[in-house]
Amino acid sequence: MFKIIGYVIKDLLRNRWTLFYLLFYLLVGFSILMFSGDFSKSMVSFLQIILILTPLIGTLFGVMYYYNSRDFIELLLAQPIRRRDVFVGQWLGVSLSLGTSLIVGLGIPFLWYFAQYEVAGDQFILLLLLGFALGAIFTGLSMAVSVSTDNKIRGFGYALVLWLLMAVVYDGFLLLALIAFRDYPLEKFALVATVFNPIDLARITILLKLDISALMGYTGAVFREFLGSTAGMLTSMTILLLWMILPFFLITFIARKRDF
Amino acid sequence: MRWFKLCWCWVLLFVTLVNSYGRVIEVCKSGCNVSTITEAVEIAQKGDTILIHEGRYKEANIIIKVPEIVIRGKGEVIIDAGKKDRAFVIFRASGVRIENVMIRNVPFTSTDELAGINVLYSNRYHIENVRIDSTFFGILVEQSDSGIIRGCTINSGSPINVYEATLGNGIHLWKSNYALLENNSITNMRDGIYFEFVSNSVIRGNHSFGNKRYGLHFMFSNDDVYENNKFERNGAGVAVMFSKNIDMHNNVFVNNWGMSSYGLLLKEIYDSEIKHNVFIRNTTGIHVEGSARIRYEENDFIENGWAVNFLGGSYDNFFYHNNFIGNTFDVAYFGRVNNNRFEENYWNKYTGYDLDRDGYGDVPYRPVDLFTYMVNEIPETIVLLRSFFVQILNFAEQVVPVLTPADIYDPKPLMQKWKWSSS
Repeated sequence: MFKIIGYVIKDLLRNRWTLFYLLFYLLVGFSILMFSGDFSKSMVSFLQIILILTPLIGTLFGVMYYYNSRDFIELLLAQPIRRRDVFVGQWLGVSLSLGTSLIVGLGIPFLWYFAQYEVAGDQFILLLLLGFALGAIFTGLSMAVSVSTDNKIRGFGYALVLWLLMAVVYDGFLLLALIAFRDYPLEKFALVATVFNPIDLARITILLKLDISALMGYTGAVFREFLGSTAGMLTSMTILLLWMILPFFLITFIARKRDF
Repeated sequence: MRWFKLCWCWVLLFVTLVNSYGRVIEVCKSGCNVSTITEAVEIAQKGDTILIHEGRYKEANIIIKVPEIVIRGKGEVIIDAGKKDRAFVIFRASGVRIENVMIRNVPFTSTDELAGINVLYSNRYHIENVRIDSTFFGILVEQSDSGIIRGCTINSGSPINVYEATLGNGIHLWKSNYALLENNSITNMRDGIYFEFVSNSVIRGNHSFGNKRYGLHFMFSNDDVYENNKFERNGAGVAVMFSKNIDMHNNVFVNNWGMSSYGLLLKEIYDSEIKHNVFIRNTTGIHVEGSARIRYEENDFIENGWAVNFLGGSYDNFFYHNNFIGNTFDVAYFGRVNNNRFEENYWNKYTGYDLDRDGYGDVPYRPVDLFTYMVNEIPETIVLLRSFFVQILNFAEQVVPVLTPADIYDPKPLMQKWKWSSS
């Protein structure tokens, strides 16, 4: 499995996608930190990138990479290697190289900023960790989708729909639910619903670190009590980990059943 | 002979002066004629000075009934009320002055408002450099005009999690006009400074922090000025209620944090001016309820949850040349818009452009966005803060306002942060 991970990373390095991705993050990181003088403002911009772009790029990359290396995968499958190792290795390879680009690409601007002003080191680290996790989760999910179908268009479509569901539509439904059941106490429901979507979970976790001020009233108190405490932090991290493990099982399950 | 008579007069006058006016009664633990303050107060006559020497005096309920008395501590004078009663009472005695003493251990009771110093029906009181620790109320002034409280330090000494009802107010004025409160420092009380029916007074340079309820609390107090004060980490911030003609200048409201906390709460305030104040990291910068004809000029709202929160019944509030920077919500609004106006403010969320380079954005800024409106209606929707979906909604709403009040807007938003004028 580790050999496969190594192959994937090498392959990605060779066709320069990782490098491109890294340069993109470097550019974005430096320009946000340099041009918006306001720290909290730039933090919000980074939050948007982490929440929207990282999952999207992960999704696209996962599908693209899988379909591009179909031949290689078929070759590997002919060898006496467990199917699980082949696919999970691919996933880990892609997400590790994407994650490294993210961490290096944004980490350098962060370090530069931190060296200048020495503020909010923990917030930067949290951002990078959550970005890494989100990237890995969505790469995995999109790979699971693409393993399940040979039709490229359909694979791309399903993966994108999945991203759209998680990143945008989910919140829409949550909002509708909140409006529809406005006469009931909704804090617990909102908390649970948020925790079950990795993007929302990442958003709330960072927000609690950032402008906690806004999370007010009873709802805010419920969230703060849960996510602000060490136990809550651990729980949310565990749930993120579960989300990262989910593609592993999905891919294994689908790959085992499928006929190549 | 006549000369002799005149001379006698002078001598008489002199003797009277020495004997009864400006006499100094020294109090000390040993070596003086008088060893307790209570005794000294009993023998003191109008105009006398009671000089208390260093030491710890276990005395309570010292009642001053003679006017124009000065009570002055020399060195470290501690008056320990021993959890029995209030320390000083100034009762129907004008012009009494208390300075340089420390008061301790005034007990809590549910039936009486026991204070370190209680001023009753006594005008021209002057309390300076008094330090009150471990007390129920700090300084309680009732029906006494024209007083000065300066440089006092008041601390209940109670742990911060104590039940609110067992705490008293730091400086509490009731029906007392023309007061000057200057450079006091108050902490751990229920309300730092409490004014009820107090007119024509000045609160200046005080530091009120870490109080359980309000840092400053106004009720039915007209024509007052408060300036250069700092209100910090109070449970509910500062509340100004049911008052007219209040001037608030150069105050700092910072870190008034919590579920029901405000930097400044205005309820039923009329004809007032709020200028050159700074609001930093309060859950709500200014909460306006039923207030009219208020001018907000050159204030800075920085990193608050809500910079300004309007509730119904507010008319003629005018925001001019304020800076709104890094607030999660700039303006929240309930009820009808009425004729409240925002003009020429700086909003760091403003994304418009300035083609003619006159310093004003060409597109009006709408400080109430859809999400703010929604959070007002259904508080739980706050969980969607900064969500991509909500931003799409907000954008759509900005282009074509459907739900949000369309007539709350700043027609000339500033492109650059506004620099305060010097006055």
